[in-house]
Amino acid sequence: MKKLIMFTALGGLLFIMISSYMQMPPMGNVDNPSYNEVAEYYLEEALEDTHSPNAVAVIIMDYRALDTLGEATVLFTSIAAVLTVLVGKDPKPGEEESHHG
Amino acid sequence: MDDLIVRNISRMIIPFIQLYGIFVVFHGHLSPGGGFPGGAILGASIILYTLAFGSEKGHLKLPHSIAKWLESGAVIWYIILGLFGIFAGHVFLTNKPAGFYMGQAGDIISGGFIPMVTLAIGIKVASTMITLFHTMIEEEEH
Repeated sequence: MKKLIMFTALGGLLFIMISSYMQMPPMGNVDNPSYNEVAEYYLEEALEDTHSPNAVAVIIMDYRALDTLGEATVLFTSIAAVLTVLVGKDPKPGEEESHHG
Repeated sequence: MDDLIVRNISRMIIPFIQLYGIFVVFHGHLSPGGGFPGGAILGASIILYTLAFGSEKGHLKLPHSIAKWLESGAVIWYIILGLFGIFAGHVFLTNKPAGFYMGQAGDIISGGFIPMVTLAIGIKVASTMITLFHTMIEEEEH
């Protein structure tokens, strides 16, 4: 009975996924929803907006600067977490032996 | 690794790696690259130094006491640059309307806050890589 429920649930999920995959636009088509006016705006106005010829840098550092700040925060959090786990609190020179033993 | 050949080749090649890393960071708004790859190249040069000359000499190149200031400072510098936009009457992280120096397109000093942000990201990525590597090396030696 448990297996039957599981197979039904997984089969339904598979059906939903396949049917939604069938509705996706063909890959690389010019009319895809991802090629909208935002990309055109970036490519046309990037030089005028920021005086910088590198459109990728303009997008990640200017239009999406808040996202890059989030990436920097992720780096900061990761290094803080690693240092907390690996280094921790510095033991005093006298106590070191007892802690390691 | 105490090897004469590795040490001498590293000593010759590290300045060029660092020069290339600084080039990639400072040309982040002009050419492919930017803060993340440039910082990774800079960090890799110090990691190569640590591998060739040992952990103690490598640790002197970037002690934890400096690295923590670099990392916190880079994020704070980024946020301060963003706050300029608010003080100028626009949204957070505004570039051109906030009154940054825009310059001529194609120059090193141009593009508003993009070079400054790229520099902060480069310093941060390099410092993070070096600190992570040194911490793990020290952990193994204990």
